[in-house]
Amino acid sequence: MIGIEHYIVVSAVLFVLGVLGIFLNRKNVIVILMAIELILLAVNINLVAFSAFLGDMTGQVFAMFVLTVAAGEAAIGLAILVIYFRGRGTIAVDDVNRMKG
Amino acid sequence: MIQTLAFYLFAFLVLASGVFTILARNPVHSVLWLILAFFNAAGLMILVGAEFIAALLVIVYVGAVAVLFLFVVMMLDIDFAELRAGFVKNFPLGIAIALVLLAELILGIGAYRAGALELGVPDGSAAPLMDRSNLENLGTVLYGKYLFLFEAAGIILLVAMVGAIALTHRGRPEGARGHQDIGKQVRRRPGEATEMKKPEIGKGVEL
Repeated sequence: MIGIEHYIVVSAVLFVLGVLGIFLNRKNVIVILMAIELILLAVNINLVAFSAFLGDMTGQVFAMFVLTVAAGEAAIGLAILVIYFRGRGTIAVDDVNRMKG
Repeated sequence: MIQTLAFYLFAFLVLASGVFTILARNPVHSVLWLILAFFNAAGLMILVGAEFIAALLVIVYVGAVAVLFLFVVMMLDIDFAELRAGFVKNFPLGIAIALVLLAELILGIGAYRAGALELGVPDGSAAPLMDRSNLENLGTVLYGKYLFLFEAAGIILLVAMVGAIALTHRGRPEGARGHQDIGKQVRRRPGEATEMKKPEIGKGVEL
């Protein structure tokens, strides 16, 4: 029988995978952005699972808000990435510390 | 029974595609795995009866992530000829993946029809739900109790849009074709832009 625990475990593992992805792909900003999306997805799974568990719609409403913020974050992140790429011709994150002013 | 099966399938696939998302060498492959992860997460959500969030996940995420995918293709130097060379070779794989996704959709909907998963018994602390569909309940809460938060979410999206455009917009340089001087456009008066002509009959106008 599937219970709330199963959903929490899936969500926790997905969250850890996202964090791990940030640390594994230090070079590639795009993959880091995708790892952040994975983390937000894990949060959403948790919210929806608890919404169903408690019989309360608030979890699903907040899942929608997380979705909104995730979309905005992806748009802004990619815009920053585009202007960074224009000025430098590469998207390696290691060189970002040279961006002083 | 079918719900349990569907849960384990979706859970396994979402975790596996999460692993491949962060491990894939090629960012394009990462994006494709990410799409699969979102798709299966939507399946997990539809299993507990949150069909609107599941649909939103597919629409927003798979749509947004497709844009992300385009960005990757545009920004990194990917050899398009090489990509297209693998098209015929990858065609059966692509069809197979499409069929798997379709089967998952059918399985998810079938499992949902068989009844949503009962994760537990509500302890009564939450506001009681009317005996309505998930969508109606969600709409009541979203446009009632959380109306102002909903408006704030709209403002966040607006700010994100303005910010993304302002960051990436690059006007034409002075003197180039298509250069836009807004002050000059605003200062323009009808008197200097139009001219009255009174052509004689049968003569026409010299422009």
